[in-house]
Amino acid sequence: MSHAQFFLFGLAALAFSACVAETSLASEPIKIGFAGSLSGDLAPYGLPPLKAVQLVVKEINARGGIQGRPVELLVEDDACKPELATNSATKLVAGGVKAVIGHICSGPTKAALPIYQAAKVLVISPSATSSLLNRDGEYPFFFRTIAADDVQAAAQVDFALQTLKAGKIAVLHDKGDYGKGLAEFAKSLIERSGKAQVVLFEGITPGAVDYSAVVQKIKRSGAEAVLFGGYHPEASKLVGQMRQKRLATPFVSDDGVKNDTFIKVAGKDAEGVYATGPADASDNSVTKAYQEKFRQAEGTNPGAFFDNAVAAALALTNAIAKAGSTDPEAMARILHSEEVATPFGPIKFDAKGEPVGIGVTLYQARDGQFVQVR
Amino acid sequence: MKNLPMPTGKDIRHALLTGLWFMFLTFPLLVIKVDPAEQSVTWRWANLVWVGGVSAAVALACRLLAAYRAARVERLRRLPDQTAPQPKLPLLFRPERLLPLGTLAMLFFLAFPLVFSTYQVNIMTTALMYVILGLGLNIVVGFAGLLDLGYVAFYAVGAYTYGLLHLHFNLGFWIALPIGGLLGALFGILLGFPVLRLRGDYLAIVTLGFGEIIRLVLENWGAFSQGPSGIADIPRPGLFGLDMTLDQSLVYQYYLTVAMALATVFVVNRLRHSRIGRAWFALREDEIACQAMGIDKTAIKLTAFALGAAWAGMAGVLFAAKTTFINPASFTFLESAIILCIVVLGGMGSIAGVVLAALILMLLPEYLRALAEYRMLVFGAVLVVMMIVRPRGLMSPPRQTYSPSR
Amino acid sequence: MEYFLELLFSGLTRGAIYALIALGYTMVYGIIGLINFAHGEMYMIGAFTALIVSSVLSIYGLPLPAILVLAALAAAIWAGAYGFTVERLAYRPLRDAPRLAPLISAIGMSIFLQNYVLLAQTSDFVPFPSLVPEFAFLEPYGAIVDSSGLTILAVSTLVMTALTLLIKFTRTGKAMRATAQDRKMALLVGINVDRIISLTFVTGSALAAVGGLLIASHIGQINFAIGFIAGIKAFTAAVLGGIGSIPGAVLGSFVLGLTEAFATGYVSSDYEDVFAFSLLVLILIFRPAGLLGKAATEKV
Repeated sequence: MSHAQFFLFGLAALAFSACVAETSLASEPIKIGFAGSLSGDLAPYGLPPLKAVQLVVKEINARGGIQGRPVELLVEDDACKPELATNSATKLVAGGVKAVIGHICSGPTKAALPIYQAAKVLVISPSATSSLLNRDGEYPFFFRTIAADDVQAAAQVDFALQTLKAGKIAVLHDKGDYGKGLAEFAKSLIERSGKAQVVLFEGITPGAVDYSAVVQKIKRSGAEAVLFGGYHPEASKLVGQMRQKRLATPFVSDDGVKNDTFIKVAGKDAEGVYATGPADASDNSVTKAYQEKFRQAEGTNPGAFFDNAVAAALALTNAIAKAGSTDPEAMARILHSEEVATPFGPIKFDAKGEPVGIGVTLYQARDGQFVQVR
Repeated sequence: MKNLPMPTGKDIRHALLTGLWFMFLTFPLLVIKVDPAEQSVTWRWANLVWVGGVSAAVALACRLLAAYRAARVERLRRLPDQTAPQPKLPLLFRPERLLPLGTLAMLFFLAFPLVFSTYQVNIMTTALMYVILGLGLNIVVGFAGLLDLGYVAFYAVGAYTYGLLHLHFNLGFWIALPIGGLLGALFGILLGFPVLRLRGDYLAIVTLGFGEIIRLVLENWGAFSQGPSGIADIPRPGLFGLDMTLDQSLVYQYYLTVAMALATVFVVNRLRHSRIGRAWFALREDEIACQAMGIDKTAIKLTAFALGAAWAGMAGVLFAAKTTFINPASFTFLESAIILCIVVLGGMGSIAGVVLAALILMLLPEYLRALAEYRMLVFGAVLVVMMIVRPRGLMSPPRQTYSPSR
Repeated sequence: MEYFLELLFSGLTRGAIYALIALGYTMVYGIIGLINFAHGEMYMIGAFTALIVSSVLSIYGLPLPAILVLAALAAAIWAGAYGFTVERLAYRPLRDAPRLAPLISAIGMSIFLQNYVLLAQTSDFVPFPSLVPEFAFLEPYGAIVDSSGLTILAVSTLVMTALTLLIKFTRTGKAMRATAQDRKMALLVGINVDRIISLTFVTGSALAAVGGLLIASHIGQINFAIGFIAGIKAFTAAVLGGIGSIPGAVLGSFVLGLTEAFATGYVSSDYEDVFAFSLLVLILIFRPAGLLGKAATEKV
């Protein structure tokens, strides 16, 4: 390739990229993004939210879109890894999205947020619970439709102190971002309450082949309740081995555990396990409608964070419609001020982007399903 | 391809048997699917037919290819002119090709952000970071022949150097970069000392253990490293305090990584021909002979660990600056394995090969996205096939010879 | 004292679990000097095969002992077949290649097999039935000793003894030792080296599969990724004991298991793996060829 040829090639490439960049039309689709773990071992947490968002978008497009403009969904997989999340985020931003539903895990959300904030893209996460994410309102375009870790830990600690009346509590976690964050909140809340003492605070190794040493340690500590922060695979192993070693201590865990897979895997050991999760929405008409649509499309029950993602999609599309534009400031104003009907009832968002109206409720596994504890 | 041999009856029988064997092999996992909770079984017979057909076809193709190759070798051998074919240097090693090829590659990398979207640039930045990592590990594994399965530890050291320096002392990227390199080297020596006596696979497992220890400490020592919740908001590299938009900053970072990668190529290439480099090669080929030649084994082993780790440390700083968020989950054993794959696939000790392998292995999963869930399956298969087709790597460097006087 | 006994048993259980996988690692390493990263996947495939077979059989209403035996047999057969195939496809063509080529091939195989099971079965965790019956005589000691742990202990001791005898006294065992010592010489004295290597892979994989069944039945759940983590631990144990040595693999596994259990019990499980790996580094510094490995003196 001679110099002249190379120069021509470069020019052609430049012209091409300029063409692709901006073609503005009135009925141009409104682009929103979805990013989350769609592959790898955390895919079961990312796929149901994607289905939820797709359902809502399909429905809106069937009604003729938002103010005549169809909604286009751009989907990105971050496999729940921070380094991939920044790539997904730049790809979505480069693709021209105005708002993103995601990410699923807290770590990737932390990595991706600066990119979205710089591009003024509004973000609603259906499942990232890390309390550090809202930055006390420092990120004005971050919202979520799930209660943050500190709220959840407070509910667990409250339950352990008030209802179980435990004086000695063992707090365990899976050494992960989510689990350890939750456990640390729980620990400091218990210590501050002064009503109970934390007799054991330890991380267990995820994927280990045997937890009996930790179980013996729990037994020796004389704990009257075990609080566990983490996901269901470790929780079911831990509970299983506790019961195997004849340790009937109440087991209180989080919304990483409150799902059907835990009950399926832990089997009879699951009975009696407590777990916190978003308020029971099964009687809500919106919930019923979307769950039914999911069942018609897929033939199975929707999985984790489905309702939260429906709520996020409804809140977002409502904000676009009410604001009449995809201007982030206008959308954020609507999200803060106007309630929208979601699977959790009417919700809006406080100044830090935390949901108002999605509380935390305590559930107990009874006869193969989680039921609300009164 | 002319003279393609016709399949004989034996070939067909072999193919059918292979097909049958794979049908047997995959039967329980691919055909039966049980739901233990529901007590129901799904039989997926269609999969069995597919497996049988595809594996028989592949087996037949492989056999025919082998037969064709054998026939060609035979023909060449029978040729009247019995001059042994001159061993040709691979395309990229011929000296007259080096300059134009290098220039072309340079132009490609320089023009890349002008032609492609920010997203593509971002992916390329990641790939280039692995070029640096691959070249660094190449010093330890490729040059000195010390199998290191915990290389990612130094990458983590670099990333956390920047993260923590920023968090506690608000230091910037440009100060963290050399410190990251230095700390990487320091940890390299720290690892090097205890493993001086170990050989081969014992060395491998200790380095693996070292890598895990670093990650576990970062994960559990919350007071020091903020544990699994990681360090967020690490600033991207600055340019004389200029305000940059996100796009500009990403492109700037891309060029920065290109420059770093170039510097790495330059330094590693110089190292290879230096006194130390030749000592490493001697060590790799025969430890005892190397010692007998009067080379200080301890010193050159430690230099290999230190220099290799220094690049990983700097790459770690780049990584922290690029993702702006780090946590220990990014530094698992699998990462070490991937970097090792880059080195071996490239051809141990070959610089051009390692660069090529890093680009292929890091860009492959991105462009395999079309395969969706089959992506990693294909990735694993590609690793195996590439190793079988080219066991010495993409470019195994010709043995360097030095003439006695210049 | 009771706490000590509890931890001791828990450490022994862990050690026995590692031993079942480490034995195959060490056999393969002994014979062709390859760190077979895909070995953990054999354990995973064995567990999945056992799950599938036992579920199908239990739907047809077979009694538990029959299910246990048939599932173990099926797991061993199929994992053996996978081991055989993997060796033929991914390692045999590389037998004379540079040392690291088969290692990368093994890593590729491991990634491939994990994703194969993920696609063929599921990415989710699935419950594994407890196939090992509860022993009534253990009832009084239930808080310390559980029957699945005890079974794993017994099986791993049995397997180790059987393997040692096999290798010491049978013709095949002798051929294995000869192949391990010098492949070329073995070939010259008329040993079918290819067959012996295949046999080693099949035995090692079948052992891992039986381990997969027992371990899965102990912890009650499996998914496609269990092989990798367990495999790395087992590999560590094999090296700790002196890789290539069968009693060494078992000893290394127990040392590792006990270290982890006591570290958890008396210090903190936060750092159990740090203790395990630090112990490994320490032992290798003072005994560079592992606990029972022979330090090879190199002749020039």
